[in-house]
Amino acid sequence: MSTRKPYVRPMAGWWLKNPVYVRYILRESTAVFVGIYAVILLVGLLRLSSGEAAWNNWLIAMQSPGAILFHVVAMGAAVYHSVTWFSVAPKVMPPLMFNGEKVPVAKIVAGQYIFAGIIYLVLLGLILWG
Amino acid sequence: MTSNDKIIEIEVLRYRPEQDEKPFLQSFKVPFTDDQSVLQGVQYIKDYLDGSLSFRWSCRMAICGSCGMMINGVPKLSCKTFLREYYPGKITLEALKHFPIEKDLIIDLSDFINKLESIKPYIIPAAPRTLEQGEYLQTPRQLDRIAQFSSCINCMLCYAACPQYGLKPDYLGPAAITLLHRYNEDNRDAAKAERMQLLNAHEGVWGCTLVGYCSDVCPKDVDPAAAINRNKLNSTMDYFLRFVAPRGGN
Amino acid sequence: MSKRSNEPIVWSLFGAGGVVVAHTMPVLIFVTGIAVPLGLVSADVLAYERLAGLADGWFGKLFLLVIISLPLWQSAHRIFLSLHDFGITGGETFFRVVFYGAALWGTLLPLFLLVGM
Repeated sequence: MSTRKPYVRPMAGWWLKNPVYVRYILRESTAVFVGIYAVILLVGLLRLSSGEAAWNNWLIAMQSPGAILFHVVAMGAAVYHSVTWFSVAPKVMPPLMFNGEKVPVAKIVAGQYIFAGIIYLVLLGLILWG
Repeated sequence: MTSNDKIIEIEVLRYRPEQDEKPFLQSFKVPFTDDQSVLQGVQYIKDYLDGSLSFRWSCRMAICGSCGMMINGVPKLSCKTFLREYYPGKITLEALKHFPIEKDLIIDLSDFINKLESIKPYIIPAAPRTLEQGEYLQTPRQLDRIAQFSSCINCMLCYAACPQYGLKPDYLGPAAITLLHRYNEDNRDAAKAERMQLLNAHEGVWGCTLVGYCSDVCPKDVDPAAAINRNKLNSTMDYFLRFVAPRGGN
Repeated sequence: MSKRSNEPIVWSLFGAGGVVVAHTMPVLIFVTGIAVPLGLVSADVLAYERLAGLADGWFGKLFLLVIISLPLWQSAHRIFLSLHDFGITGGETFFRVVFYGAALWGTLLPLFLLVGM
């Protein structure tokens, strides 16, 4: 008769047991802020479609201390999302070839930062002065 | 043991299925020199302190993939990790995470072996060549597409790093998917459509959430996370393009 | 034989959303949530006429739809997968309907609003 009795360890609280897992959960948590902000924009669009008075009420609501605090935290979350997104993108995209050589991951990540920086500036320019 | 040996404390998560309900930590004081690996520390325990301690090892040079264990919570090959890196702190050893413990530092790896077998990790040519026809040829550039992914030594550190495997034991997991990718990308192989069915499944690439730790712990820089996530793209193309140009899937 | 997963549908939307979030959201949050409310820039930036004008053109409509809908898919997908990470393994169908349903609603509602504007 077999005396085997394999012991299966529990997974409870796994994500606190390694800093890599904590950063992963942090990355996934940015989705909560992304979702709430998208809903705020959606509400803004609803207000916009209802006319000027409704839109101005939305703008006033955005000035409440709670809203400002949320947006400061949400901006941090959005930046963290961007950084983590760019760092894992080379794992999802097929290897980038140049002159028959694989482009190093560090160069791809740097290229994404440059591209994103240009997009940010163009977007900011269009919003502020467009 | 010479008088100028340093002494390091090694804690081992013991589990003896005949006696124990659950694992417990046992501490040992191990003399060592700077050139000694964690594996040698464990061997010292077995030889001089407690002969009942069980663990797997073979080559002592990071190629057989047998001696993986959790070293202070991080999956590592114990032959490739040195005791001096932890001194004067202590070392805590545990069997590779996410696998059932068979005894002490030995895991039950049958689940991984079954998965490895399921992906058919060998070349399945479109038309087998006869001896007279000679070998299956491959250019250096064709080899380059798969070289990194073919370096896997089946040590299972990536499974111990992957919380998704711990949470969903049905998940095919990093090494099996990486080797699947390695054969799918091989110009001499013709079984891609068949293997894609495994990737396309819920238990295939879709079990991954890109924690990415598998690639960090890999002792051979295989980058399983890249193999898996590039196949999310492949699987997605296959999903949508099968209506246009059917190839594989069901 | 293993059954083909329908995950590519939501994963594609998640991926597109992630790209949109990574390239626009830090700037959008800064302008709408911090700079304008605190008066760091002129309130004219978000004046009614300007935004109504944006929602009037086809490019503006597409832009507004993209920055509202795709981030919702990205968010819904991540939160849905996180449930499992935290050990919530039951009610998968229910949670799918809740999260992806919300993202679908967050796509159809702005689409309807924008077409009518």
